[in-house]
Amino acid sequence: MSFILYLINGISLGSVYAIIALGYTMVYGIAKMLNFAHGDVIMIGSYVSFVTFSQMGMNPILSVALSAVICTILGMVIERVAYKPLRKATSPLAVLITAIGVSYLLQNTALLVFGANPVSFTSVVNLSPLKLADGALVISGTTLVTIVLCLIIMACLMLFIKKTKAGQAMLAVSEDKDAAQLMGINVNATIALTFAIGSGLAAIAGVLLCSAYPTLTPYTGAMPGIKAFTAAVFGGIGSIPGALIGGILLGVIEILGRAYISSQLSDAIVFAVLIIVLLVKPSGILGKQIREKV
Amino acid sequence: MFKNMNKKTKNSLITYAIVIAVYIIVEGVVLSGNMSSLLQGLLVPLCTYSLCAVGLNLCVGYLGELSLGHAGFMCIGAFSSAFFSVVMKESIPNDAVRFIIALIIGIVFAALFGFLIAIPVLRLNGDYLAIVTLAFGEIIKNIVNVLYVGHDSTGWHISFQSQQALNLEADGVTYINGAQGITGTPHNSSFTVGVVLILIALFVVYNFTNSRTGRAVMSIRDNQIAAESVGINVRKYKLLVFTISAAIAGAAGVLYAHNLSTLTALPKNFGYNMSIMILVFVVLGGIGNFRGSVIAACILTLLPELLRGLSDYRMLIYAIVLIAMMLFNWAPAAIVFRQKLVAKFRPGKEEI
Amino acid sequence: MKKKVLSLMLVASMAAGLLAGCGSTSASSSSASSSDSAEAEAADGEVFKIGGIGPITGAAAIYGSAVRNAEQIAVDEINAAGGINGYQVALQFEDDEHDAEKSVNAYNTLKDWGMQILAGTVTTTPCIAVTDKTAEDGMFQITPSASSTNVIANDNVFQVCFTDPNQGTASAQYIAEKALGSKIGVIYDSSDVYSSGIYAKFKTEAEAQGLEIVSESAFTADSNTDFSVQLQSAKDAGADLLFLPFYYQQAAIVLKQANDMGYEPTFFGVDGMDGILTLENFDTSLAEGVILLTPFAADATDDLTKSFVAKYEELYGETPNQFAADAYDAIYIIKAAIEAAGVTPDMSVADIGTALKEAITTVTYDGLTGTGMQWEATGEVNKDPKGVVIQNGAYVSID
Repeated sequence: MSFILYLINGISLGSVYAIIALGYTMVYGIAKMLNFAHGDVIMIGSYVSFVTFSQMGMNPILSVALSAVICTILGMVIERVAYKPLRKATSPLAVLITAIGVSYLLQNTALLVFGANPVSFTSVVNLSPLKLADGALVISGTTLVTIVLCLIIMACLMLFIKKTKAGQAMLAVSEDKDAAQLMGINVNATIALTFAIGSGLAAIAGVLLCSAYPTLTPYTGAMPGIKAFTAAVFGGIGSIPGALIGGILLGVIEILGRAYISSQLSDAIVFAVLIIVLLVKPSGILGKQIREKV
Repeated sequence: MFKNMNKKTKNSLITYAIVIAVYIIVEGVVLSGNMSSLLQGLLVPLCTYSLCAVGLNLCVGYLGELSLGHAGFMCIGAFSSAFFSVVMKESIPNDAVRFIIALIIGIVFAALFGFLIAIPVLRLNGDYLAIVTLAFGEIIKNIVNVLYVGHDSTGWHISFQSQQALNLEADGVTYINGAQGITGTPHNSSFTVGVVLILIALFVVYNFTNSRTGRAVMSIRDNQIAAESVGINVRKYKLLVFTISAAIAGAAGVLYAHNLSTLTALPKNFGYNMSIMILVFVVLGGIGNFRGSVIAACILTLLPELLRGLSDYRMLIYAIVLIAMMLFNWAPAAIVFRQKLVAKFRPGKEEI
Repeated sequence: MKKKVLSLMLVASMAAGLLAGCGSTSASSSSASSSDSAEAEAADGEVFKIGGIGPITGAAAIYGSAVRNAEQIAVDEINAAGGINGYQVALQFEDDEHDAEKSVNAYNTLKDWGMQILAGTVTTTPCIAVTDKTAEDGMFQITPSASSTNVIANDNVFQVCFTDPNQGTASAQYIAEKALGSKIGVIYDSSDVYSSGIYAKFKTEAEAQGLEIVSESAFTADSNTDFSVQLQSAKDAGADLLFLPFYYQQAAIVLKQANDMGYEPTFFGVDGMDGILTLENFDTSLAEGVILLTPFAADATDDLTKSFVAKYEELYGETPNQFAADAYDAIYIIKAAIEAAGVTPDMSVADIGTALKEAITTVTYDGLTGTGMQWEATGEVNKDPKGVVIQNGAYVSID
């Protein structure tokens, strides 16, 4: 019975990782950069929702929507100001370092605005927990909503990419930027759109994360960010279904490792599994193996 | 004679000269009693991070592989050497002898781990390699945090559970106490030691990159397939560079451990944050440019300390300065702008 | 050529950085100059210079900010009341980001400012690194909240808070005495000095007291947001009391997750748990019945606590936690020791240190975090932990 509970908790945690990992993976697929500031966009999204929902009493759905909008704008601004000027830099590492700078900037801005004290986040989900097997199996409403929402987001995103022109443009840009430009695709706009979607999703992920684990501080986003990045690589960076699989597997391994192997070494276990998977399949579970050309 | 010298040799000599000149000036100011305690306290950390940046730059700049696990190698160097120093505090009373052995132990252990980790890791490339090195760094930190080592009359005890699980006799001493780490490390690091280590590290990397082996490594970086096709043993060279790079990071760890009386593996000092910070030094100082690494490490370590007057705003300003410096140094538009500026002031010297 | 330009740029930016830095350092230290010059002190009009160190940025910022705020309140009060023995007190607080190396930097900055007494540092690991430096300089140091026994290894360092072993032992004794539970579960932070220190002693003492520990599980700083597994294993083991030796941010999550899964043991916390009721937007009904050993409760009704809490809330807009209370006491303890020793600001740092470390053992101090506090020469404080239980969203004493 405990095992089933652990599994469900793992899937729930994994679903949050998966939504965050989407942001990483989409940006990587298109701009070929690791956006280390992504985790901090999550934190900003959570704070927006905290202020509007918990403090001002706004309708939860409206509050989440507002936080998604603000993060979308934030993501686009960051891309325009900090990343775009470096897109043609001689080393891809330059933009990585700038992303780290942006991450510090967001954390320290939040520290000044919201203070160092943690706040307790009220879950935006107000469903009574699901009780199965005479109360031996209790699944909280937040857990259910997280899992369902993750699947819906995933499905919508796949449809968007397959069925719309903008989605196809994204695919084209991720395959070959120059060729896409020649085909009349506005590369800059496509990249901006990717950042917008990724950051909007980050806001939703932030709200879900804080609903399940309710303490919010200016540093809340950092660790889930790095774990989601791991999840994205795990599933094959650049691949959207890969982010889903990577995220959920990572969550499940983390929880099961903690339960059955060692609670002190759960991080080490997660990373060890990652290493093993990558050694067996060097480009992640669903990643494309790119042969180097001469 | 100076004119006929190889450009690279000249470059390395200039770097040595700068380091030695800075050392002499700093020592002079310290002796004259005009240096603030803050700056004096910062001298060893500056050396530590410079050393680390040089080590990582070898890996990033010449091997072309992004490692996000160098804090892990620092951690190994720090813990192995501090462990030795604390255990041998009584047996080897001579500070210099003990520190040199500790230094060698730290470097050897870091190199050993670097080598062992490199074997599987170097099969990957690009960002996958980066994430795996990050993973190794985190694993090292996590394991060190649950490591308990003690000694009593019955011998050595090691546990990954808790201090009680060591089952020490009453006379037992716990040397590594899990999250509480190692305390009581002798204070053996000094600016002189740090500068000597930097000079040795620079000597190693400059000679290495100017050697036949170094050229082979660069050919791998520039085009692995072409390098393989002319018979270069890619695997061997990659392992070699990664190991040297880890060893230098280990030396930095030794310096770090012997500068503070307490050593713990926190996310802040040995986590991925530190690895990333070292990478920031490397990229800001110029990939493949060792002198730049040292300078960038110094600036970025000094900056937050010098901004203390701004109190609550200091880390915010630091972040903004970092972004601005990156944009200024790397953005193609900024580079064009700078070239125009240089051309304006130094007509006739526009070749870049 | 490119490299040359690059290094030129770097040198330029370094120069700019240095200049900016110099500007700011001179601004902050305009009221003081180097540490050992007596004439500088005289020019300052004879003030005691007390320094504080703690994290005010980074993940541990909450503790450092609380200490900084409370120390400021205490210093302002003392100055308004005429200072210590007629001398005014100056306070400067430096950030250490909860990092040993940064803490030493902060200490050196304060030394440059002319600090004579250190009321810090806030967190344990940085504190151990700094105690080494204060011992070298012979400076008197009192830490509000660094609780490891390693902190007081040198004879110039004193603590306001309990030591970790002391808390662990006291908790086990308390549980056994009051028969609060028979099957005990423990969750602790294995990557944290404070938490693992308390846990280690708790376990030893619990065995000595005949308490049965049925479940022990750990978490780390990198995985401190999800406790479902630890709670489930405690539940499966049938633990009826859960000992939580860690800080309230994590405790808040533990309480919520336990509630979500319908697990209702007795929760027993230590002083780090204090602050949970004032966590912004926290549903205090979750904490109903939680027992904790803490030296300070913000809603105690004595005059001292009331006036301190009111002042703190007015100035900083939040309720002070136990760190703030310890820090407030630290400044007044320094005052008491100075009065007992009769030192004056024109004495050297080492002389003040020698005098104060003898004087403090003769002091008996009643403050926010305890009455009749006394110090051993080892640096440890003698005071009794208070057991409180949370009822209707407030602390109620159970002694």
